[in-house]
Amino acid sequence: MAKNSKEVAKHEEVAEHDYATGLAVITEDKISDPGIEPHRVRMTDKSVKHEKAAARQVALLFAISILGSIFAIWAYYAFPFDDTNASSLRINTLFLGLGISLGLFGIGIGAVHWAKTLMPDAEVSEERHQTRGTEEVRAAALEVIRLADQESGFSRRKLIRRTLYGALALFPIPAIVLFSDLGPNPKDSLRHTMWGAKKNTRLARDPDGTPIKASDVQIGSVFHVIPEGLEKLEAPHMLNEKAKAAVLLVRLDPSEIKNDKEREWGYDGIVAYSKICTHVGCPVALYEQHTHHLLCPCHQSTFDLAEDCKVVFGPATRPLPQLKIEVDAEGYLVAPGDFAEPVGPSFWERKA
Amino acid sequence: MAIRTKKFSRRSPLAAVIVVLAGLLVSGGSYVAATAAVTSSAKAEVDQATIDTGKKLFLANCASCHGKNAEGTANAPSLIGVGAASVDFQVGTGRMPGQASGPQLQVKPVQFKQEDIDALAAYVASLAPGPEVPTEAYLAQTGNASHGGELFRINCAMCHNAVGAGGALTQGKYAPSLRNTSAKHIYEAMVTGPQNMPVFSNSNLSPADKTDIITYLQYVQENPSVGGDELGNLGPVAEGLIAWLAMLGGIVVITIWLGAKSN
Repeated sequence: MAKNSKEVAKHEEVAEHDYATGLAVITEDKISDPGIEPHRVRMTDKSVKHEKAAARQVALLFAISILGSIFAIWAYYAFPFDDTNASSLRINTLFLGLGISLGLFGIGIGAVHWAKTLMPDAEVSEERHQTRGTEEVRAAALEVIRLADQESGFSRRKLIRRTLYGALALFPIPAIVLFSDLGPNPKDSLRHTMWGAKKNTRLARDPDGTPIKASDVQIGSVFHVIPEGLEKLEAPHMLNEKAKAAVLLVRLDPSEIKNDKEREWGYDGIVAYSKICTHVGCPVALYEQHTHHLLCPCHQSTFDLAEDCKVVFGPATRPLPQLKIEVDAEGYLVAPGDFAEPVGPSFWERKA
Repeated sequence: MAIRTKKFSRRSPLAAVIVVLAGLLVSGGSYVAATAAVTSSAKAEVDQATIDTGKKLFLANCASCHGKNAEGTANAPSLIGVGAASVDFQVGTGRMPGQASGPQLQVKPVQFKQEDIDALAAYVASLAPGPEVPTEAYLAQTGNASHGGELFRINCAMCHNAVGAGGALTQGKYAPSLRNTSAKHIYEAMVTGPQNMPVFSNSNLSPADKTDIITYLQYVQENPSVGGDELGNLGPVAEGLIAWLAMLGGIVVITIWLGAKSN
């Protein structure tokens, strides 16, 4: 009795989900393989006139190639490169390149046009074979593996197997140790700039290296600054130092500065900030006099100079480091020491 | 006698004061003489009538925003101390009188004759000292273009582009192209720092440095690019756009042709 009622219930359930009308997927009418398109006879096969025209076109394309190559040889001598005139190089390479590319282009287009119009165009199909091997091939392969395992005793000899695994795992490790020493180790050079090399380095104009007096800096003006003496360094070393020590010097109305630390580290509204963006190290130098915004040209990070260079827009996450400045006995601006934090983008060992 | 010797050897306490006073008189006097010589030669051209004309023009055209005495209002800054160079730049390039408020004043056809601009400049310059309109000597393109180029790349190129093609700033502001800007207006812009441009006073870039920069800008305009068409000198964006559209377009056309059957 109970069994019967269960069966009845089951039946009713099925009945509820019976897609009898309209919703069933019709399987008989599925899209069939359309097969190969019916062959279409080309004009060049139907009319001799068209065939001859196509042959002439192919020959013309090859002739263009010949002319292009000859033109390239002629142009090489006709437009020589003159050491004293830079535009002669442009003319020389322009016509040489034009000739050579015509030479190659004519051959390529001619060959394709030839194949498309004159060579046989009957459709041919090649059946693909299965990627999977036959049963016999698969069985033979497995037999080889089984035999190798049996003869070497790989599954049986635990000690050998485990030491081999260990050897294979350790083998690449020396390479990692080796790679860690590729290139010079920057040591702590990322944490120090030329400002810290000696006390009271004068702020100097980039690129001339002339020191700047506090009285030279008007409100609203921008100075691009290097440490005095940097311009006298040797070339590769000089660029490395400049890349870290470049500073932007700006004078604001002291009342516009909203940050106490910024005012204290400056001199009467004159403030100096690192020019190296804290995002990826581009020189931040687009200064808007009225908004006090400092803009990085690479990714549009924007820093507010009136508020300790805090980030107001863009991908940078840290404010630009401020360089503390003072005035020496002769009225020149000097930096008593280095930046308080590493300048520029984050690096592996840098905290925060 | 002994007293006298002692007095002379130890010097009177007043001696130092007298020496300082004499020094101040000499240096101050010579400074006044020197500046008087300079200003008198400059002022020679500007008579009171011109200043009066300038004041009338100012009251008719500028005072509604800048105030009747150029003291500034909520809508426009004070012009006291901006100097003749500022007026000559703003009015001479058509930026002033301003046409509409916006992120930045636009260049438009110049609204005044040069003599009227000179009169306006003379009036504003008469209010307080400020940067003067540069003389021809600084504008002759006879400087060192190579040094000018280096200075331009360090001080100007981040906004105005390495060859002065201009570029975008924040919120609709932009650094204009310097292609068709006259040497005088470039010089005046450096001295006065119009709108959001910082000031590059003579204590930062000397007049000779400014001449070098103007010479450089003239040089890059007159000498064609050796690398082919400049595409507006807008850098990788314009070059990339052309390369992708022209090259990729060409490749697509050739690919379609390769795949098409012959008729």
